[in-house]
Amino acid sequence: MTSFASKRLAKELSKLKNGLPPGIDLISADNFEEWLMDIRVLDDNPIYRGEVYRLKFRFSPQYPIEPPEVTFIKQSDRPIPTHPHIYSNGIICLDLLGSQGWSPVQNVETVCMSLQSMLTGNSKNERPPGDEEFVRSNRKRPRDIDFYYDDNTV
Amino acid sequence: MFICTATKLHPSLPSPFHLPNTAAIPPTTRKRKAAEASISSQPTEALPNKRVASAAKSKAPPTPVTTTSNTMDSEEDFMSAMSSDADMQDFSGEEAPSYPFTYFDDDFDDEPDPDFGVLKDSGSKKKVAYDVSFQVYEPADIQRQQDDMVNEVNMILDINKEDAAILLRHFRWNKEKLIEDLMDRRAKVLEAAGLGTDVNTAPKLEPVPGFVCDICCEDEEGLETFAMKCGHRYCVHCYRHYLTQKVREEGEAARIQCPAEGCGRIIDTKSLDLLVTPDLADRYRELLNRTYVEDKDTLKWCPAPDCQNAVECGVKKKDLDKVVPTVACLCGHRFCFGCILNDHQPAPCELVKKWLKKCADDSETANWISANTKECPRCNSTIEKNGGCNHMTCRKCKHEFCWMCMGLWSEHGTSWYNCNRFEEKSGTDARDAQAKSRMSLERYLHYYNRYANHEQSAKLDKDIYQKTERKMVELQRESGMSWIEVQYLNAASQTLQMCRQTLKWTYAFAFYLARNNLTEIFEDNQKDLEMAVEALSEMFEKPVQELCDRKLKVVIMDKTSYCNKRRIILLDDTAENLANGATGGTIYDYFAW
Repeated sequence: MTSFASKRLAKELSKLKNGLPPGIDLISADNFEEWLMDIRVLDDNPIYRGEVYRLKFRFSPQYPIEPPEVTFIKQSDRPIPTHPHIYSNGIICLDLLGSQGWSPVQNVETVCMSLQSMLTGNSKNERPPGDEEFVRSNRKRPRDIDFYYDDNTV
Repeated sequence: MFICTATKLHPSLPSPFHLPNTAAIPPTTRKRKAAEASISSQPTEALPNKRVASAAKSKAPPTPVTTTSNTMDSEEDFMSAMSSDADMQDFSGEEAPSYPFTYFDDDFDDEPDPDFGVLKDSGSKKKVAYDVSFQVYEPADIQRQQDDMVNEVNMILDINKEDAAILLRHFRWNKEKLIEDLMDRRAKVLEAAGLGTDVNTAPKLEPVPGFVCDICCEDEEGLETFAMKCGHRYCVHCYRHYLTQKVREEGEAARIQCPAEGCGRIIDTKSLDLLVTPDLADRYRELLNRTYVEDKDTLKWCPAPDCQNAVECGVKKKDLDKVVPTVACLCGHRFCFGCILNDHQPAPCELVKKWLKKCADDSETANWISANTKECPRCNSTIEKNGGCNHMTCRKCKHEFCWMCMGLWSEHGTSWYNCNRFEEKSGTDARDAQAKSRMSLERYLHYYNRYANHEQSAKLDKDIYQKTERKMVELQRESGMSWIEVQYLNAASQTLQMCRQTLKWTYAFAFYLARNNLTEIFEDNQKDLEMAVEALSEMFEKPVQELCDRKLKVVIMDKTSYCNKRRIILLDDTAENLANGATGGTIYDYFAW
C-alpha cells in the first residue's frame, strides 16, 4: 500500500474516532485495506425499521483517487437491505461508487451517509430486476461490472 | 441516485452441441465440379490471351531494371496485363467492366478478354454502384485538422486556443453551432463547456497559508496547490495523481472534470501541462486526438491492429440500408464504415448484424437439432430420442406416435416395437408436416454452411499464400522467371481472399432475400463467381513444378482477372438494386425470419 492511501486513511480514521454522524458506526479498521461499518436508517421507513446493515469497504492503493469497493455483507443479525439498487449478494449499484461518479473528495463517512440516505428515500420493497440471475452468475468484482444507470428517480 | 440493471451478466449459454452436421453438401464435391467446368473450357480462352501476354513480354525485358522511359511504359503495360497489386487493392479507381452488362450462364467461352489491351487510364471511368468515396487520414492530418479548426475559432471569437479547443470538443467539433450558440448566449455556453466566466489568467501553482488538501488531508506549510477557475483547490500531488489516474488508467482526456464532487469544470491543456509529466501530457494529447475522431460522425478509426489512421466517409447512418460503405485504409485493411466489421459487401449492416447474431445463437445448436431430433407430429415440440423403443409419448401433448414412421401409435396394431409399416396415411401426413417445419431449419443450414465454408476456405487460402511466398522464390529459381513475373501468384491470392469474403456474405444476404426474378439473377451471379473462385483456388494450390508451366500462369492470370470482374459485377448489381429497393420499389425486401 502506498503511503498516499494510508496517510489519507489514517487521517480519516482519526476523524471517524472523534465522532460519527448518527446511525453510522465504525466496527473495525485494523488495516488500510478493509474496514467494516454499520449503518441504520434514522427515520421509521417500514422497509428498514429496526435493522442494522454491515458495510465492507475495500481500499486499493489508489484510494482516494479510485473509489473504494463497498458492499453490504450478510451476517446472522445483519441482513442485506432490500432496495432496487442493492443485489441480494450485497453488491450495490450506485454511481458515486463507480469511477465516473466518484470524486476523491468523498470519504468513508460521506459514502456511508449517501447509502443511508439512499435507503431512507426508498419506498420500493424490491430487488433490482434480474437479481436472481445476477447473483447466480456474477463472478466479477463490483468495480468490473458494467452497470447501466438507467433511472435516477429512485 | 441511480437504478441499475447489470448488463452482460451472463454470456449466452455455450452451445453444448458440437456434432458434425449432416445437412451440408460436401464442399469438395462442389469444388471439383467447379474446377472441372472451368478447366475444360480453358484452352479456348487461353490462346488469344497468351498471344497478347507474350507480346507484352517481348516488349519488356524479363527483369525490368532499366530506367529509360520507353521500357517503363512497356512495363506498365506489362503490369496492367498481370492485374497488378495496385489494381487489386485500389478499388476506388477500378474501372467499370467494358462490356455490356449482361448475365450469361456458366459458359466460360462468353468471357470477354480480361484486362489485356484495356488501357488503364481510359477516360471511360464509371463509378460502380457499390463505391463510396472516402478519405484516409494519418495521425498528422488529424492533428492538423484540429489545429485548423481551433485557430479558426480562436480568430473568429477571440477566445484563447485552449478554451477554443475545449469549446469545440464540447460541441463535438460542430464549429457552426459553436459560433452561433456562443454569439447568442456566451455565459451559458461557457458555463456548460466547463469554462465558467473567463478570467484571462494563466494557470499557476501556489502555496496558500492555512491550506488543508481535501483529498490527502495534508496541511504542511508551503505545500504547492492548484485550482482551476472554479476555485476547488487541492495539493499538487493529489491533482497530479488524479490526472494520472484519469489519463493513464481510465483513458479520459477531453472531459476530465475538476476532482471536486459535482464540479463540471473541465481541465484544459495548459493546466494539465503544468501538473503532469511530459510523457503523460503526450498520452493526453493522443487521447484528445482520439476524441476528435470519435466525436465526428464522418470519421472512424481503422480497426486494424496497430493502425493509427482514421477514415472519413460521408455515408450517414440512416442510409445504411441502401449502401454498404466499404472503405480501405492505407494499411490495406478493408472494413465497413457503417459497422466497423470487416468488409461484408454485398450484405447491408443491419442484415449482417442479424445474421451474426443468428449464427452465434443458432448454428451449432441448429445442426444438432437437425441431426438428432424430430418434432412431435401434433404439437411440434422438438424431441430427442435418447434410447429406448419407438413408442414415443410426447411429454407436452401426450400424443403417442412411432419414432420411425411418425404415424399414430394406435395404428401399429401388434407390430409393437418394430416399425415395418410404410405408406400409412397418418404416417405420411405427419412426415409432411414435419418436413415443412424442418424446411426453415434446413434452409438456414444451407446458407450457413456455405457461409462458413467460404470463411474456412479463405483462412486456408491465406495459409497457402504464406507458403506461396516461399513457392514464389522457388518458382523463380526453377523457371527462371523474375520476381515481377511471379507476382501473379500474389495477385491470385489476394483475389481469392477478397472474392471469398464477398461470397461468404452473399450467402448471408441470400438467406434474407425474398424470392423473385432479381434473386435469380443474384444467384446466377453468385454461382458464376463461386465457380470461378473455386477454379482459381484449385489452380493456386498446384505444386511448383506445375506452376512453372507458363501456360498455367496465363490461365491463372486470366482466372484472377475474371474473378475480379465477376465480383465487381455481383457487387455492382446488388448495390444498385439495394439502392433502388430502398428508395422506390420492393426489390430486395427481407422478410422477417
